[in-house]
Amino acid sequence: MGCKDTGKVCSCETNDGVSKCGCDSEEKSGSCSDVSDAPVKTTSSKITYTNRLDHLLTRLGYKRNKHRVESGLYALGSPDNESPVFVSANYTLSFDALRSSLSGTDAYILVLDTKGINVWCAAGKGTFGTDELVHRIEATGLKNVVSQRTLIVPQLGATGVSAHQVRKRSGFRVEYGPVRASDLPEYMKTRKATPEMRRVNFTLRDRLTLIPVELIVVPIPLIIVAVIISLTGGFMTAAALVTAIMAGLVLFPILLPWIPTKDFSTKGFIIGALSALPFALWAFNTAQDSPLLLRSGSALGYMLAMPPITAFFSLNFTGSTTFTSVTGVRKEIYTHVPTMARMLGAALILILVLAIIRYSGGM
Amino acid sequence: MFNSYTETTLEYNEKLCNNCGMCSTVCPHGVFTQNGKKAELVNELACMECGACQLNCPTGAITVESGVGCAYAMMWSALTGKKEVTCGCSDEESSGCCAPTTSQVFQLGNDK
Repeated sequence: MGCKDTGKVCSCETNDGVSKCGCDSEEKSGSCSDVSDAPVKTTSSKITYTNRLDHLLTRLGYKRNKHRVESGLYALGSPDNESPVFVSANYTLSFDALRSSLSGTDAYILVLDTKGINVWCAAGKGTFGTDELVHRIEATGLKNVVSQRTLIVPQLGATGVSAHQVRKRSGFRVEYGPVRASDLPEYMKTRKATPEMRRVNFTLRDRLTLIPVELIVVPIPLIIVAVIISLTGGFMTAAALVTAIMAGLVLFPILLPWIPTKDFSTKGFIIGALSALPFALWAFNTAQDSPLLLRSGSALGYMLAMPPITAFFSLNFTGSTTFTSVTGVRKEIYTHVPTMARMLGAALILILVLAIIRYSGGM
Repeated sequence: MFNSYTETTLEYNEKLCNNCGMCSTVCPHGVFTQNGKKAELVNELACMECGACQLNCPTGAITVESGVGCAYAMMWSALTGKKEVTCGCSDEESSGCCAPTTSQVFQLGNDK
């Protein structure tokens, strides 16, 4: 049954007094994956070169929400009706991490429709949630496929899934597995997670992985602005702008745990000021024949303009971390964004004044 | 000034706890532990307000104002007065990641 048959592009459903709405452009073309009474699909633990290419493109941010697998029930190996059932998201990175970790295991994988979003983010938004899980259990006829009644759900799915609600509504007991799929072989020996398996980290490797996606969002507008500035103001101003942004998008994630202060914004101000220092020194030391006031002024311009730009991008990195709270981020915004705006405003006025002085030949 | 992460909306009512252990199972930052007859709140400030404990507490002993904490979304909603959207959102209307924005909710109403 395709979505065209139901004639809906967008839908709202109310369950337990919680209303959930969804819209999907793909459904418009009738190619949606919501197929009921579907047969059990098969998969393997093998990661092919095509999979690896897909992972690379995902990490580069290419068509971000389009790396999807079809939702539904998959058989891995040769499962029987007592085999474990693992729950995953329909995001290729999530699904592939799970199936490759289960090499040699006979199991079922129940893939929820999370619109191509990973388990944790989808759980935060509710698409990897109680409603979708209960719906998917029914749509795939899981009760007739297995006789056991336990689902192994990734721990981070708990942000969207309510274990006791799922049990009440579907009869299935939710067992929260480890955070990382790679810990599953160890976990399956005892069905107990060590405290380490239950913790989320944010390693250098994790942070490095995020950088390309952060960069993809910026380049085109940045290149245009930089070119315009190069043509009108000067090459160094454009270089300063690019440096300030790159300090926030590349340097900041790498150095995060080692930069002093707790707030991301103040960390960003520090990194931004350090990045601005060479520019300020350059402005002060070149054109020795021009007046001291002008040289100090343009040096000050770099020191005022660059740190708030870096700090702004640093603050936004809170959304990518695994530990910042909404309350804290909101407090950071109210504490530091006004300072960023004032510094940038002061820098722009200073640059304007300096330009007027230069062109009017006043000094 | 240098540390905004000194408050949390997490609240735990020990009286309601039935010691099922779910909170310490689902928490990715070890905020709760299970030692005695009740769950113990041991690391309150490590809470990132993801909401997993509240959702999985069968007795309603835990409350927390959860959210993803996307700074862009918060600033945008502060400026425009619109509802906050969740993680990794683009302006693309049909972006799968976005919670329905005001305009999408409006469209939903029109479709019916």
